[in-house]
Amino acid sequence: MKRGEVQVPMQRGSADVVAELDDLRVWFPTSAGVVRAVDGVSLQVRRGETLGLVGESGSGKSTTGLALLRLVDPTTGSVRVAGQDVTGWSRRQLRALRRRVAMVFQDPQASLDPRRTVGSSIAEPLIVHRLVDSSAARRRRVEELLDAVGLRRDLADRHPHELSGGQRQRVGIARALAGEPDLIVLDEPIASLDLSVQAQIMNLLRGLQRDLGLTYLFIAHDLAAVEHMSDRMAVMYLGRIVESGTPAQIWREPAHPYTAALLSAIPVADPQVERERRRVILSGDIPSPVDPPSGCRFRTRCPQARPDCAETDPALVEVAAGHRAACLYAGEAVRAMRVS
Amino acid sequence: MSAPTVSPSEGQLRRAASALRHDPLALTGAAVLVLLVVVGVAGPWLAPSGINDVDVDRMLQAPSWAHPFGTDELGRDVLSRVMVAARVSLQVGAVSVGIALLAGVTLGLFAGYYRGWVDNLLMRCMDVLFAFPVLLLAVAIVAVLGPGLLTAMIAIGVVYTPIFARVTRAGVLSVREQVFVRAAVSIGASDLRIMRRHVLPNIAAPLIVQTSLSLAFAILSEAALSFLGLGVQPPAPAWGRMLYDGRGFVTDAWWLGVFPGAAIFCTVLAFNLVGDALRDVLDPRQLTVNEARRSTG
Amino acid sequence: MSDAVLAVSGLTVTIGTRRGPARAVAGVDWSVQAGQTLALVGESGSGKSMSVLAATGLAPRAARVTGSVRLLGSDFTALPADRRRRMRGRHVGFVFQDPMTSLNPVLSVGRQVAEAGEEHLGLTRRAARTRAIELLDLVGIPSAAQRVDAYPHQFSGGMRQRVVIAMALACEPDLLIADEPTTALDVTTQAQIVELVADLQQRLGTAVVWITHDLGVVAGIADTVAVMYAGRIVEQGPVEAVFDRPGHPYTSALLAARPEPGAGGGDLVTIAGAPPSPHDLPAGCAFWPRCPVRGDARCEHELPPLVPVAGAHHVRTFYPQRPDGEGR
Repeated sequence: MKRGEVQVPMQRGSADVVAELDDLRVWFPTSAGVVRAVDGVSLQVRRGETLGLVGESGSGKSTTGLALLRLVDPTTGSVRVAGQDVTGWSRRQLRALRRRVAMVFQDPQASLDPRRTVGSSIAEPLIVHRLVDSSAARRRRVEELLDAVGLRRDLADRHPHELSGGQRQRVGIARALAGEPDLIVLDEPIASLDLSVQAQIMNLLRGLQRDLGLTYLFIAHDLAAVEHMSDRMAVMYLGRIVESGTPAQIWREPAHPYTAALLSAIPVADPQVERERRRVILSGDIPSPVDPPSGCRFRTRCPQARPDCAETDPALVEVAAGHRAACLYAGEAVRAMRVS
Repeated sequence: MSAPTVSPSEGQLRRAASALRHDPLALTGAAVLVLLVVVGVAGPWLAPSGINDVDVDRMLQAPSWAHPFGTDELGRDVLSRVMVAARVSLQVGAVSVGIALLAGVTLGLFAGYYRGWVDNLLMRCMDVLFAFPVLLLAVAIVAVLGPGLLTAMIAIGVVYTPIFARVTRAGVLSVREQVFVRAAVSIGASDLRIMRRHVLPNIAAPLIVQTSLSLAFAILSEAALSFLGLGVQPPAPAWGRMLYDGRGFVTDAWWLGVFPGAAIFCTVLAFNLVGDALRDVLDPRQLTVNEARRSTG
Repeated sequence: MSDAVLAVSGLTVTIGTRRGPARAVAGVDWSVQAGQTLALVGESGSGKSMSVLAATGLAPRAARVTGSVRLLGSDFTALPADRRRRMRGRHVGFVFQDPMTSLNPVLSVGRQVAEAGEEHLGLTRRAARTRAIELLDLVGIPSAAQRVDAYPHQFSGGMRQRVVIAMALACEPDLLIADEPTTALDVTTQAQIVELVADLQQRLGTAVVWITHDLGVVAGIADTVAVMYAGRIVEQGPVEAVFDRPGHPYTSALLAARPEPGAGGGDLVTIAGAPPSPHDLPAGCAFWPRCPVRGDARCEHELPPLVPVAGAHHVRTFYPQRPDGEGR
């Protein structure tokens, strides 16, 4: 490997947008046809905020996150990071991008190389991007990072299998912090952890954000966790964003029938509430992303679908300040669901 | 690319060592191999008499206290020759498997990591090599390069390259799908770094097993080549060559063939025993205690 | 209790591993009545699944199981292996976490649903097929008569789990064991499956043991709940009592650890550290090293007994939380 990587100047984008997707489509050819994993997603992540992305399996939320690191290739649309269009970047340039955008994965056991010590996993970004010039400096930085994520320094010499699930995820977070990225994509960071540990990790992530001014894209299927973590959030269904807004807006006044159904499906740890609660049970399953329904993609499962939903593909329109929904009958449909 | 280093984690090696200690067959195999190495290194000094001490007075003597393995048609001590020949066998094993390991692992690594046309091209070449009967291919190579120890080693190395390429590729294909490889990509690590630091150490176990098994086959192949007169040239001793020379005396001087043959047999068996034991111990499907605990929910 | 469908008492499971014996379950008592749902709650490694597997004779071979298990009034542990297998097949249905691994990929779903009927009810092949269609219909598979010959990979995750439930119900079991049946499913699919099981239970009067880590699911389905930690039950009782007045610091911490929707983003209440290894359990209360209450030397050295706090509500602690549900 030659020294002297391509130097990519990173300037701050307008209005402090760290990363931006514009009408992104990611299609994968498969034997069953073209899977439209992401099919027209636009979003902006602003400096210092947490943008939550929630959706069920097959919604395209993870693919959207991977696109920000260009770990998947966009079919059409653009990816901008720190004001630069990275859509057409070469492999070499992408390595520099991946210092600006870091990722934390779902399964901390699988995302750490079982053969390498915790310390060397955390140090890898430092080595790859030549951020330290001596092994003493590297050691110091790794210790700093271990302190930051609340792990004992002597764990640096351990292997991942000697750690608990929560400790492993802290290692994954320390590795993501190592390169001082502009954006951290958190892809289901708590999904494979025990309940008591999930809360620890959520608190840690929020604390780090407070202290270091981090920017997060928090991807999860757990609406309550996304609501808790996010400043703004977006709900995805079948490759599209169907609703976006602040957690409070989405929680109190969901405007899209899918969001309302998702909210009503979340079990609440209170037997009285559960007993009296009337759920919106959606019929059937999420349709195939190879052949999405015409018009509104949710209409095949929507309890309030009307004839014109099959014809018009609803755009994401503002229903209140900062609150947008992609439904021809935004708000109205949800009110009708509550009455019926 | 620098020579790939195969380094399983310490924990795994320690586990392997302790498991081998409790397996009498593997222990026997390992003991034979240790003995072989000692003899291979110190053979000329340990041997009771010189390997080329021709003495027509004691031609074709049956095993006795003076000559435990008997003497050959030129009156040379068979025990001494078998001992010195051990070095040739070890040398051939080490060098030819070294060649095969280096070439096979490199090819398999690139084929498995890059997939696509690189994979197709490299692995089809390997398939062609693989399609030839092992010995025929070795004979052909020796025929081109001329007989001798070095060409025998190169020939055997080439013959065993496809096996290592395949074992490596199979390992790479499964490891490259692991999340930790994607994690390494996500932090911007280069392909070479990922291959060297993340992929290779995680496929070390099957390679170690394959190496021990191939050592046995390489020694057997060298014996076959020497038997055919294409390997080590006389008067230097080699087990295969001794077997060949002894074939004319099977009825009246059985010891000429039996002792070199037994040496080959024991060596191959020892490598196989150790290889099988290693396969059991290093099997990645074995659950760690942690995983076992998780699955009991 | 005489009318219990399944009752275990003093159930202990020790598993031999390379690192020595691990005590996965220690002296667990619970029972479930017809038409009722018992929820076993705990984090991974708490022994919740192992206690049920051991009770039904499905513990791994390396496990040593002691204690008494009564299934439909008969001493299940005393039965010879063959009788035990038949009794389990006839009276107990199982639904596991991952529907894909519970189904055989090379057999049609109809065949798999029909199999139990042929084996345990002596149905003919034709009758078993008709029954399979009925069952698939019962669990809400649309156009069951056509889909009976389809293979597992042609179904979605939620539909596969419905097939597994149909298989479990094939012999009209008295007891349904559901081991994290919705954990691998999406939340809207989970709601469908929970509703399906509740509905079937009401119609068929089946007793259900539902193993889960999700307290929200428990609140919706359970009549009684047992919270497990490090192989022991730490709290047990009617679901309202346990949720409204958690008596064990672990239960209240678990309830507080979930982000409450709509509550805004303050820090969550956490439990420090991680559950102990079954190889190396603390001497006294297993939760003591992580406990926010922390008690005294007694907690450290002496195992607290499971004591009643109100009616059937039991808590294993020297220091029960106050009845107003502190910590929520």
